[in-house]
Amino acid sequence: MREKVKLKTTNSKNAKTGNNNDVGIISQKLPFKRRFHGYIMKGFIFFCVAFAVSLILFLIGYIFYRGLPHVTFSMLTSTPSLLRGTVGILPNLLYTVYIIFTTLIISLPIGIGAAVYLNEYATNRRLVRIIEFTIETLAGIPSIIYGLVGFLIFVRMMGGATILSGSMTLSILVLPTVVRTTQEALKTVPISYREGSVALGATKWYSIRTIILPSSLDGIVSGVILAIGRMVAESAALLFTAGAGHALITNYFAALQTGGRPLTVALYFYATEPGQWGDVSSTDVAFAIAAVLIIIVLVLNFLTKLLKRKLKKI
Amino acid sequence: MNIITAKDLNLYYGSFQALKNITMDISAQNITAFIGPSGCGKSTFIRTLNRMNDLIPDVRITGDVTFLGENIYDKSVDATLLRKRVGMVFQAPNPFPMSIYDNIAYGPRIYGTKKRILLDEIVEKSLRDAAIWDEAKDRLKKSALSLSGGQQQRLCIARALAMQPEVLLMDEPTSALDPISTTKIEELVMELKKKYSIVIVTHNMQQAARISDYTAFFLLGELLENNNTNAIFSNPKDKRTEDYITGRFG
Amino acid sequence: MKIKNIIEQVMKSFFFICGMMTIIAMLTIAIYLIINGVPAIREVGLFNFLFGQIWAPVHSTEPQFGILPFILTSIYGTFGAVLIGVPIGLMTAIFLSKLSNPKISVVVNTAVELLAGIPSVVYGFIGLSVLVPLVRETFGLLSGATLFSAIIVLSIMILPNIINVSRVALAAVPTKYEEASYALGATKMETIFKVSMPAARSGIAAGVVLGIGRAIGEAMAVMMVAGNVANMPELFRGVRFLTTAIASELSYAAAGIHRNALFSIALVLFVFIIIINIVLNLLLKRGVK
Repeated sequence: MREKVKLKTTNSKNAKTGNNNDVGIISQKLPFKRRFHGYIMKGFIFFCVAFAVSLILFLIGYIFYRGLPHVTFSMLTSTPSLLRGTVGILPNLLYTVYIIFTTLIISLPIGIGAAVYLNEYATNRRLVRIIEFTIETLAGIPSIIYGLVGFLIFVRMMGGATILSGSMTLSILVLPTVVRTTQEALKTVPISYREGSVALGATKWYSIRTIILPSSLDGIVSGVILAIGRMVAESAALLFTAGAGHALITNYFAALQTGGRPLTVALYFYATEPGQWGDVSSTDVAFAIAAVLIIIVLVLNFLTKLLKRKLKKI
Repeated sequence: MNIITAKDLNLYYGSFQALKNITMDISAQNITAFIGPSGCGKSTFIRTLNRMNDLIPDVRITGDVTFLGENIYDKSVDATLLRKRVGMVFQAPNPFPMSIYDNIAYGPRIYGTKKRILLDEIVEKSLRDAAIWDEAKDRLKKSALSLSGGQQQRLCIARALAMQPEVLLMDEPTSALDPISTTKIEELVMELKKKYSIVIVTHNMQQAARISDYTAFFLLGELLENNNTNAIFSNPKDKRTEDYITGRFG
Repeated sequence: MKIKNIIEQVMKSFFFICGMMTIIAMLTIAIYLIINGVPAIREVGLFNFLFGQIWAPVHSTEPQFGILPFILTSIYGTFGAVLIGVPIGLMTAIFLSKLSNPKISVVVNTAVELLAGIPSVVYGFIGLSVLVPLVRETFGLLSGATLFSAIIVLSIMILPNIINVSRVALAAVPTKYEEASYALGATKMETIFKVSMPAARSGIAAGVVLGIGRAIGEAMAVMMVAGNVANMPELFRGVRFLTTAIASELSYAAAGIHRNALFSIALVLFVFIIIINIVLNLLLKRGVK
């Protein structure tokens, strides 16, 4: 018996693996070719991961290195003026805030409403599928096209590019984000909550208002943060729809009627149009804005993580 | 002749001890059945024989398992080469989402067989040995997922046979199949023992009695009894073995 | 009771209208693009518009509106970005789904999230101030603002899309396939590349298509690093993409055929995006099956 097994082993196995050693067939190394393939692929994978991670470290590090020294009190609190020789990004910062605020006012009710409709009301499956396909498509449309359409519709409607027309454009752009994340949040509400509420004789709107929306609030908030991230980062859609002013306007309602460059758009112009204010060049301002944008992105990212952790605990 | 020998084998998942001091011989060119209630360690044990437990994090093993005289847990042993020679068939049929042909050719290709003629030969021989050639020969290029569950399981057996292993480990190979497919697999297993040493984990005591030469009974991570199948089913030495095979617990 | 019913009905209608708003928005965009984009195409002629090689909208005697340079640049640029971005993204996704441990995953995931969060104008700016001079010096060019620079920037920008979608697809590969491969004596790398990756291919393809969509639609970053000249595409030459063709001239294009031609370019880009979206949907559906 032993003979037979051994025989089979040496014949069939060795012929294929190319091993001639009679003992210790499994205590051998893999053929060089296969080991080599493994090392190469593993090496390539680690190289790519290292590349991705060091890339982001470089980007953030470099932006902070060049930008943070210029993120000074005067940079954050003054306005650009050739007459006075000062430069500052306060107006742009304010425009970004105005735009975020206005866009949220417009897009949140519609976006959350659409998600509620899809999840709680819609009975027609075909309509749901059409709406969901529409949302997918909207999410894929490049922001420059939103900018162009906003230019054609809202800017004409307002009689000029203003914060309001920019915000309206942006509202459509972030709509898919708001709808999707709200839908996700609504899906996490257990059916038993809904049944419980209906069983008590509550109307649909009542249970949505008192049970469903409150219990999906954290999810909706993290969706809002995601949407804010997109608004802060957006530039192409606002290039032609938000106007080009850089005057300091502290009155929100007055600002809605005026045009102004948000941070990203201002960064674009500082980066491409040379200028000098005292010892601060336009490139310095651009780096300062880039650093501010990165800080905002980091903060939003951190907030999302906090919320996620909170969601997990529940 | 014993093809695999386990000696003082202990296995821990983290701090939980799943196998306790297992010592047993597995006979060559016979069918050895592992029986026992769920969670008794029989599946864990069969997976130590081709080191599939290596893939689970936090597993710690002490003791020896020797395969043809070599300790498979020795540092110099490559589990990859071991698994080539100790084939495995799983509980649920798991053909790759590729063609029937590519499923069978997967292993040989990895081990360097590239020539079409050779592969054709291996594919046909393996499918014939696994008694699925007649059903598969006209659809070799079709997806393996288009086969029925029983056919898929025989395909998986064929795929293991294509590596020409010495041992075939089968972890409850019929538990997901209908009775007719189960019979086919059982007949196939009986046929295969002429060429291979087979270890089969089963929930089904009739199956163990029908097809196996030796039976090992596991309980709570211990090997309680290991004997000739006839002896175990007619005259169990341990009271607990008797209770289990007479259906007092499961 | 009656008031309750009225509120119920009002809210129901409100939610319905919200749901319809998405469709209205989509239709409005499509209709506006068609209404504004078709006239210029009509005037120039579809063939001359799509395949004309010269874009000279403000030529005093003989203005020409051929957008082939933009179309080809967009295609080449996207293709190049995919060529560089897909291997890096896919390998990172493999690492995250198959090789990493939780601690390292947190680090890599955060890096990917931040890459996705950086505004495109910042990418463009860093490209402009670091990459463009580097390319100019390395290759001895007059200007480093070239198709090559744009490809590098785009390949980085599409990384998060590819990584996230492929990672999900790879993680969804049933372990039973991988177990079967190990049991046949395959190594981890062989299993990943010969079983897991093929099994996740439609999901990976979806990630690539999503990346293509992002690359072809990117405007600001590309505008800052590609040189913005309406040349036929060459790797080390200034070029203009479909997106940047719109962005760079809209502010000064006089109403009339010039401005209309920009809308026509947007229409062409829109058609591209719709096609990409349909492909994406098909792939995702196939992945579910």
